[in-house]
Amino acid sequence: MTTDTRPSDSGTTRPLPPSMDRGQMLMSLGIRYGFLCLLLGLIVFFSLTTNGFAGARSAVFVFQSVAITGILALGVTCTLVVGGFDLSIGSVATSALMLSAYVMVVMEQSAFVAVLACLVMGALVGFINGLLIVKMRVPDLLATLGMMFLLIGLQRIPTEGRSISAGMTLPGGETAEGTFSNAFLWLGRHRFDFVLEDLIPVPVVVFLIVGVLVWVFLELTRHGRLMYAIGSNERATALAGTNVNRYKIAAYMISGVLASIGGILLAARLGRGDIASGNNLLLDSVAAALIGFAVLGAAKPNAFGTAIGALFVGILLQGLTMMNAPYYTQDFVKGAVLVVALVFTFALSARKRGGGH
Amino acid sequence: MAELKHRNQCRIVGIEKAFGPNRVLRGIDLAIPGGQITVLMGANGAGKSTLVKILCGVHTADAGHIELSDEPFVPTSPAHAIEAGVVTVHQSINDGVIPDLDVSSNLMLDGLNAPGAGFFIREAGLRKNARRIASTMGFDIDVRAPVADLGVAERQLIAIARAMAKEPKVLILDEPTSSLSAAEAERLFRLLDNLRETGVAILYISHRMSDIRRIADRIVSMRDGQITGTFEDAPLDYEGAVTAMLGHAMTQVDINVPERGEPVLVLDQVQLSAQAAPMSLTVHRNEVVAITGLLGSGKTQLASVLFGIAQPHAGTIKLDGETYQPASPEDAIRTGVFLCPKDRASNGLVPDFDIAQNMSLPFLKRHSPLSFLNGGSERRTAKRMIDQLGVVCQSSEDEIGTLSGGNQQKVMVGRWMAEACRLLVLDEPFQGVDIRARRDIGRTIRATASKRATIVFVAELDEALEIADRIVVMSEETIVGEHRNDDVDLNTILAQVSGATSASASPDRH
Repeated sequence: MTTDTRPSDSGTTRPLPPSMDRGQMLMSLGIRYGFLCLLLGLIVFFSLTTNGFAGARSAVFVFQSVAITGILALGVTCTLVVGGFDLSIGSVATSALMLSAYVMVVMEQSAFVAVLACLVMGALVGFINGLLIVKMRVPDLLATLGMMFLLIGLQRIPTEGRSISAGMTLPGGETAEGTFSNAFLWLGRHRFDFVLEDLIPVPVVVFLIVGVLVWVFLELTRHGRLMYAIGSNERATALAGTNVNRYKIAAYMISGVLASIGGILLAARLGRGDIASGNNLLLDSVAAALIGFAVLGAAKPNAFGTAIGALFVGILLQGLTMMNAPYYTQDFVKGAVLVVALVFTFALSARKRGGGH
Repeated sequence: MAELKHRNQCRIVGIEKAFGPNRVLRGIDLAIPGGQITVLMGANGAGKSTLVKILCGVHTADAGHIELSDEPFVPTSPAHAIEAGVVTVHQSINDGVIPDLDVSSNLMLDGLNAPGAGFFIREAGLRKNARRIASTMGFDIDVRAPVADLGVAERQLIAIARAMAKEPKVLILDEPTSSLSAAEAERLFRLLDNLRETGVAILYISHRMSDIRRIADRIVSMRDGQITGTFEDAPLDYEGAVTAMLGHAMTQVDINVPERGEPVLVLDQVQLSAQAAPMSLTVHRNEVVAITGLLGSGKTQLASVLFGIAQPHAGTIKLDGETYQPASPEDAIRTGVFLCPKDRASNGLVPDFDIAQNMSLPFLKRHSPLSFLNGGSERRTAKRMIDQLGVVCQSSEDEIGTLSGGNQQKVMVGRWMAEACRLLVLDEPFQGVDIRARRDIGRTIRATASKRATIVFVAELDEALEIADRIVVMSEETIVGEHRNDDVDLNTILAQVSGATSASASPDRH
């Protein structure tokens, strides 16, 4: 699990100033490691109280349940970094789900064309979002909210509101000849051998790779640094000679592409263009990104935190399910975690900063 | 009439106010007599706004008291101050109007809050009252028009009309003409003339000498939270008022004007706007030029033009002999022109970053081979600038928010001095900075000036005298004077700053 052993984010771990007294030191440690301790505590608790929670299969199950949400959350993290927000990620993902099915089943194209079409669609949506925000001056929440509605509607038009599956009847009356190719289904269903046979599904691998790439991009490169600068003081960053608009558009394009990757993986897992899937994607991934603020006391959007935030929710739900908690309590649990994480981030960090002066 | 004046007299005695360690007002004694217009002058940060905010109930004073018509007056809230008869028109226009409502609702807004106002709005009555107010002001306007459709000047007049509608005893106007045209300003002045006759005490805050010449009965100058001069004998001593406001305590810094190098920046017949007179200026290598002038004299526009934020209306600019027309700050930086902007909190600091990250922001490419950041190289550069400027901090990894104002400003200046450039422009580099930090920054600017041309925009004359080889004075968006800083005639500079000599060159407001 590379996410657990990864070095912590360079912007937040630095030696504590010596002037801090014991209380402040404890508070500071609590803010920094509190959330990770909570996560560890949960894992220990569930391992002791339930049968089968501790184990590779169970761990993979958790990862699999959060992989798609996590990928979307990493995208929205990029827009949060530049001080924006992307509400359209959920509908970009479901659009990619429908588009890939349409390309393969109705247009009878290959898996490669389907994947490419989805990625281009995601980039294009991100680009339009960026233009609306940067050039048309539409506030980010409103622009992406509008885009969300537009896409939810758009994805239903070609099939007159029906789901897409092999052999379906098209609006014209004829039968669709294409199928989901095996290469495409591999993306959602193949499992790599790792210690145990058929252990790690492709979406988990994609999640981990995307996580590392976004982390490297945001924390280690000049571009990530400038994006954080834009989020912190846009005017100052522009006056330092940065093309702010270009970076903002790029952030929305990253978000759109990652959301479309999420949609592709979802389509590959389901094996059909299910019109009703992916309803929870937006809220779950936004929650993961916001929970990420609390990890390591970053108090800002960050890739490592987002990945941990997604895992936290996954572990909690998996554990509760194994303790026979009913399914309808899940959203309540997610909400509670989010509220606690936000308190961690804003109330405690604000107090720490206030005390630092 | 005499009795009337007396009734509306407002007296401020020993007012003090501090924000944390920062003593903004240090014992202000000020009388605002009825039936007269008292002009309050002061540079940025002199404490004018704080004084106004105390009078209109936004802040409470730490010490001292206010008397209104010989009664003690302790404003506890803006509403209370208005009720007592102290009405303020704030500088920011949008504080005074509600864009989504129409003119009549805006004019009558306070009536809607008044005790006894009915539950339902009577549109007809509202409009009738609004028309009456507008006509007493000589203000010809459709009261049904939404304010959002009106220009800035009309909004300003509505805000003022609203203040008038409250029949104030004391009327405070904070830079009311800053967005008005000459004709609109004249309409306001005629209105103030009428109001003066009715015995209202008027406190008028402005930098504009043409306004002040037109309407002032008395001038009070403020500097560093103290009253530094009161002028009430006709004819008024305008230059004396400017001197008192800017101060000219001779500085302890001795400037040795060095041999200047070849020309770097050449402005030829540049017009900042359509109305501005053309100006020409040459800045040489190994030369520090201070450009001074009051608020609105065109300093900020000139800085924007040099850094590619705005384009000049006309004229050519050359840099090292080549035409220089930057399209953006990015472009300017690439050409070798750096600008350290004024107002560091909104234009400079990145609050989430540490010192090193703040300094490296414009030059991240240098610190990131193949785009990957090299933290060591960033910190080494930061360390060098920290040592050079004497930034007081524990390390280059301190959060920027933990530093004092002066040290934050040093980081901002250090940001732009970390790399060599052809022209360095510093806009108000001493803003909100204590005297020691000011000396440190000034010394570093002069010590590193040999390989580039340097322009420093400053409003305070002391600061110009302390840093420059040459002092250029701007007024009404053009250059009105140039002085070599070895034997300057302060009176000439002050006259130029206050616009006295430019009156013939540029049309005065009439």
